[in-house]
Amino acid sequence: MTARKVTTMTTTEARPGLVPNFDDEAEAGRKIAIICSKGNLDMAYPGLIIANSALGEGVETHLFFTFWGFDMIVKSRMNDLQFSPVGNTAMHPIGDAHIPQALTPLPGMTAMATHMLKKQIADLGVPEVPEFLDQIVAAGGHLWACRMSADMMKLTESDLRDDVEGIISAADFIELTNGAQLLFI
Amino acid sequence: MPVTTLDGHAVHVDDEGFLTEYHEWDEDLAKVLAANIGIELTDAHWKVLRFLRADFTAKGETATTRRVQAVGGVPVKEQFALFPKKPGKKMAYIAGLPKPHGCV
Repeated sequence: MTARKVTTMTTTEARPGLVPNFDDEAEAGRKIAIICSKGNLDMAYPGLIIANSALGEGVETHLFFTFWGFDMIVKSRMNDLQFSPVGNTAMHPIGDAHIPQALTPLPGMTAMATHMLKKQIADLGVPEVPEFLDQIVAAGGHLWACRMSADMMKLTESDLRDDVEGIISAADFIELTNGAQLLFI
Repeated sequence: MPVTTLDGHAVHVDDEGFLTEYHEWDEDLAKVLAANIGIELTDAHWKVLRFLRADFTAKGETATTRRVQAVGGVPVKEQFALFPKKPGKKMAYIAGLPKPHGCV
């Protein structure tokens, strides 16, 4: 048996003048750019959560909505994002059990899965997508829409959330986010 | 556990300097904590701080910016104006609470 030396912490460590280093200056030049290309409910959230966290750390944050991601900022669609179990082998409604893939396209399955996911997200106190984007804009986040997607879908600025700052080309976005850390979702 | 001295009082803090003992905080100390990070407290700041303190006793964890808006009634935009750049951490520090752990 190995002898074990037990030390008791009877002393406290004096740390005069200890103040958290919020390091605002170090973040001053930091930027993050998030490309949101998916319009499924489950794939809308990762970009929003990262954006919200980045803003809370004082990081300049830009979101670029493209292709299916457009549904997150189109006024007539943004309240109705859906989550489908079709092709998703990682969905486990009960314990570790899988849903047989042959059942996933049945009528009502997407509505049920969407309802369940929305409830789980709400239970965590996380807002729905439009309200989450409100919060991101309030925190100083910038929303941009993809020119090519808008042209393909025949949408204009009046179809989009009012706080989308512009419909811009991919080249514009790259220029705008010079030096940013980039995340494609 | 580190101990630091603020305004003549010895208080327990974590390695970053956030207070670890809820009852070692009082409103005079909050003014010192705020001054440490360059913030002068106004009534608007106090509304946030009092909500955070009360919510912590109820929930056992520090409210996130989202919760300060949804439950505390202080909009996120205002939180960023009051506690610039990193409102979640700065509010917690001045309120003598741990950093918020929630993602949203």
